[in-house]
Amino acid sequence: MKEQLASIRTQALAAFEAAQDAAALDALRVQYLGKKGELTAVLKQMGKLSAEERPAMGQLANEVRAALEEAIERTSKQLAEKALEERLKAEALDVTIPGKAQKLGHKHPMYIALDEIKDIFVGMGFTILDGPEVELSYFNFDRLNAEEGHPSRDWSDTFYFDEDSKVMLRSQTSPMQIHAMDTMKPPIRILAPGRVYRKDEVDATHSPMFHQIEGMVIDKGVTMADLKGTLNTVIEQLYGKGTVTRFRPHHFPFTEPSCEMDIQCHKCGGKGCPTCKGEGWIEVLGAGMVHPNVLRMSGIDPEVYSGWAFGMGLERMAMGRFKIADLRLIFENDVRFLEQF
Amino acid sequence: MNLSRKWLNEFVTVDANDREFAEAMTLSGSKVEVTEDLGAEISNVVVGRILSMERHPDSDHMWVCQVEAGQAEPVQIVTGAWNIHPGDLVPVALHKSTLPGGVKIEKGKLRGVVSNGMFCGLAELGLDTRDFPYGVITAAAILGDYKPLDKDKPSIPADIKAGDKVFGPVVAAKVLECAPQPDSSFHTCLDLGDSTAAPDTSCMNLHEGDLVAYNTKTDSICTLADLHAQQAEFPHCIPDGIFVLREEGVKPGDDIKAITGQDDHVVEFEITPNRPDCLSVIGLAREAAATFDQELRLHEPQVKGGAQGDLFALLDVETPAADLCPRYTARMVRNVKIAPSPKWMRERLRTMGVRPINNIVDITNYVMLEYGQPMHAFDYRYVKGGKIVVRRAEEGEELTTLDGQVRKLNANHLVIADDTRAVGLAGIMGGENSEIVEDTVDVVFESANFNGTCIRKGALALGMRTEASAKFEKGLDILNTLPAVNRACELVELLGAGEVVDGVIDILNYVPNPTVLKLEPEKINALLGTDVAADEMAAILRKLDFQVEGDQVTVPSWRGDVKEMADLAEEVARFHGYNNIPCTLQRGETTQGGYSDAQKLEQKLGATCRACGYDEIITYSFISPTYYDKIRWPEDHIARKSLKILNPLGEDTSIMRTTTLPSMLEILTRNYNFRNKEANLYEIGRIYLPGGENGLAIESKVLTLGAYGEEMDFFTLKGVIEELLTAIRAGDAHDIHFEPLTAEDADPSYHPGRCATVWAGSDCIGIFGQIHPLVAQNYGVDAELYCAELSFDELMLARGSDPIYQPLPKFPSVTRDIAVVCDEAVTVGALERCIKKGAKGLLKEVTLFDIYRGKGVAEGKKSVAFNLVLRADDRSLTSEEADSDVKSILETLEKELGAVLR
Repeated sequence: MKEQLASIRTQALAAFEAAQDAAALDALRVQYLGKKGELTAVLKQMGKLSAEERPAMGQLANEVRAALEEAIERTSKQLAEKALEERLKAEALDVTIPGKAQKLGHKHPMYIALDEIKDIFVGMGFTILDGPEVELSYFNFDRLNAEEGHPSRDWSDTFYFDEDSKVMLRSQTSPMQIHAMDTMKPPIRILAPGRVYRKDEVDATHSPMFHQIEGMVIDKGVTMADLKGTLNTVIEQLYGKGTVTRFRPHHFPFTEPSCEMDIQCHKCGGKGCPTCKGEGWIEVLGAGMVHPNVLRMSGIDPEVYSGWAFGMGLERMAMGRFKIADLRLIFENDVRFLEQF
Repeated sequence: MNLSRKWLNEFVTVDANDREFAEAMTLSGSKVEVTEDLGAEISNVVVGRILSMERHPDSDHMWVCQVEAGQAEPVQIVTGAWNIHPGDLVPVALHKSTLPGGVKIEKGKLRGVVSNGMFCGLAELGLDTRDFPYGVITAAAILGDYKPLDKDKPSIPADIKAGDKVFGPVVAAKVLECAPQPDSSFHTCLDLGDSTAAPDTSCMNLHEGDLVAYNTKTDSICTLADLHAQQAEFPHCIPDGIFVLREEGVKPGDDIKAITGQDDHVVEFEITPNRPDCLSVIGLAREAAATFDQELRLHEPQVKGGAQGDLFALLDVETPAADLCPRYTARMVRNVKIAPSPKWMRERLRTMGVRPINNIVDITNYVMLEYGQPMHAFDYRYVKGGKIVVRRAEEGEELTTLDGQVRKLNANHLVIADDTRAVGLAGIMGGENSEIVEDTVDVVFESANFNGTCIRKGALALGMRTEASAKFEKGLDILNTLPAVNRACELVELLGAGEVVDGVIDILNYVPNPTVLKLEPEKINALLGTDVAADEMAAILRKLDFQVEGDQVTVPSWRGDVKEMADLAEEVARFHGYNNIPCTLQRGETTQGGYSDAQKLEQKLGATCRACGYDEIITYSFISPTYYDKIRWPEDHIARKSLKILNPLGEDTSIMRTTTLPSMLEILTRNYNFRNKEANLYEIGRIYLPGGENGLAIESKVLTLGAYGEEMDFFTLKGVIEELLTAIRAGDAHDIHFEPLTAEDADPSYHPGRCATVWAGSDCIGIFGQIHPLVAQNYGVDAELYCAELSFDELMLARGSDPIYQPLPKFPSVTRDIAVVCDEAVTVGALERCIKKGAKGLLKEVTLFDIYRGKGVAEGKKSVAFNLVLRADDRSLTSEEADSDVKSILETLEKELGAVLR
């Protein structure tokens, strides 16, 4: 009996080892360990043994059973691993086949640039304002200290809806300064982007409709140094750290002192090239300290409050940023253009 | 404003090169646009003296010249020009020289003879006869050059010889001698066959041995015009040739640029409208002096005077329109000799972009450029009654201005008149009737100050903005009229152009009242954020000719723009340096920045559109009125009433749109024409409806969608709209539904059967669907176009609140599929509403999954299948409970819509 058990053990282990798949292994398990299996058959002969032999033999039989079960377990695991491996192999893909297209829409490049600017100013405590495009010359000119004879009032420059030149398409976003001063109490920090209109024929750099961004701060103790510091910070965020700027005197009726801000040409580093028309600098915006007349007309005492304001063209900024050479592309809206951004 | 740097240097010494000069001036407030070296393209061109001329051995019209050009040996130059003579000084472009237009000159051979360069005409140097009036060339008809137009019928026989008659008193003559005279004419000696003649001539193309036509009656050598000949008959007798120099002190080898004035550099400034004082050489010199810390050398005009007559007896000035003429200053010049002005003056005028005319007119222009004070010169003969009246024009009064145009005037125009009629438009342009002409003898110089607004309006009304009016309208220095008129008189004497009458007529209709401001350094520093010392401020202001005494600042008369502290601050900042102002960050009370609800909604809608694959576009706010026809709006459509631009760029941009549809269709069409296979576009843009306050527009935003392409159909677009409504949670508080348009309220722009309105409860949010094929045809598009127009304001109202978490179901749901047969006319929407109505509280979802027509379903009927999900929140449903609800749903469907279970 002892030999029988040893023989079953040897045979069974060898058979398990040779099993090719889970089904074969299961058949072997039945063959050896099943109710009618070979080991069971041997165990049935236990009754014939003497009382002294029985414990030893029983122990031996149990050992064989345990060994077989352990072998089945091990082989079964190996077979499962092998099967998985084969399956994965069979399922392998050519990962260089293109993915299935998911169509996402694209934001217009101008508004990508605008949203970036808005976020920068919102982060600095500015409120975004929206206002009318069909505007009174009273807000577009009078309240901005633009005297009656100011050339921008000419019919050759500005679109009008009435003979008295009272209703017009705003030629700048600056009237938003006045709307803000009329409706808000200092401290005021606003940013007002929007469409503006001037009588320019369409070409690579002109369009009768374009966009400006107006910004204004009114508070006690606001200085020109603040204007410079704030705008430099914004420009660094837009054009990258270390962007070199300069401020030049200029004239706007509604600021005094007035300035224009240039950034050093990114292409030539200030040496002068076609991009900057040989100047080494690219004009980005106009700004200045809010004119005391403007403050007075808005009922704000210039002896107590001061402020700064700026206005910048969005098209030029977006075109510079994305290296768009022709303004007409902006309003052409060709999807092959739009989907590049 | 152009500035000659040579002229500038008369007032202030600035050594900086053009680039440094431009940079420094720009940073101190005078923006430089461009600088130009006038002679940049000219190199190695010198003065040459023609030593000898010999006819080219191998050409009938070329000369071989030996030229002294400042080199050890004479230079040999071959030329085809006939207007030169031995002894002439001419510009010579030597071997390896350059000329304007990128022309390079090198030595070479002309018909076998070596030429070491080229003689230059005015054009080759980039000049013309306006620059050098004496450079005009007159050509005689040289008979040897005659080429008959008709070979068989020559007007002049080929064998003609001296003494032969040409026609009438004109005979052929041989040039025996041709000697240049100091006045640039020539003395000739002609052989007439049996006699000789010695006429003087201005023709420059004559040489010994030439055969010419001589008019015995007028004793003159004939030009082509005299012979009524065409240029083609005398191909080489052209009024063009070499620029023969008649300048004093010129010697061979001199650089030509110094002689032609092309050694100057021109700087173009962009002068802002607040600084009319900088529209003058002196004004810019003052800025340059302050910028470079150099002395400004001003000059006080000195007039000798002494001409015969008493000014006040000769001329009487009245200014009835005193309000429009604060000051009128005039002087007189007698015995004027009208002539071209000297080269230096012409050169400066030309450099500054002004065309030289004659000495008197040039002087007025010269003074305007130098002092910034517009001047006018009248011919005294035509100032009737010796009287000048500055008055408002009479209604309908006419005046022919110097440009030959007849101007009809009204009381808004200011005129300069004599006793009887207007002789000039004050501050704008003189009248033709008193123009300076060749035989002008006595001249009145006007140097006045006129009201800027009046001049601007007058010029605008007549559509004639002139250099003078552009200056006056900005408001000029009232104290400038006297020095300017004196300067003009001084120049008259300097040029020997006439005799100045003693005395000045100077009518003052204003009270001199200089602006005096308090210098408050602490306020200026507080505005600038700087720490500039009071001394530095005073020093800066003094450099600009402000008078500073203690804390009192007297503003110079030409600085009308300086009115208060902020203006002084700008002056201080300009010369302290804008770039020396520190950079600080905003201090003070913090403000809560951010986006409004409407701005957030706009962002959300945009993001959703993009998530659905739609690209953002930007379209013009103005359209053409014909676009309303293109979208098939009837003539009486109420929204055709649009705000009309009175001065549009063109019809296409002449009215403010009341609908965004044409803008979208235009962009779809453009993409279609670009052969883009598909386009999905959106814009959040405004429409402009008339009827706002004060004549303004009611500006409403519209979310417009537009699409075409293979994948595109009505339900794809509807799906996007549903996503948009879901994104803004419109369904939270509103019953969102879509309605077909009835025949009565159909929108003519859309396909009547593929168009729906979107509703949130009883509010219409917008419309969408397929564009009417006829509209697509109007745009030339042979494809299905889809559009949606959703009111932003309505979307704002329909927007739901923030989401509130709903517990997830704890109990399983039961699903049931039903298919009902109903009439074709019954809509899916009606069926859905009916299903919801029939359910007894357990129905959670209804989903359409099939519509079937055909076999098994009667004609005119359809089978519509829905998937129903039923669930209770507090228990597992039993089959019976679900069946009971479904039964109720089916009963309602049958009762209300006649839809029966299939």
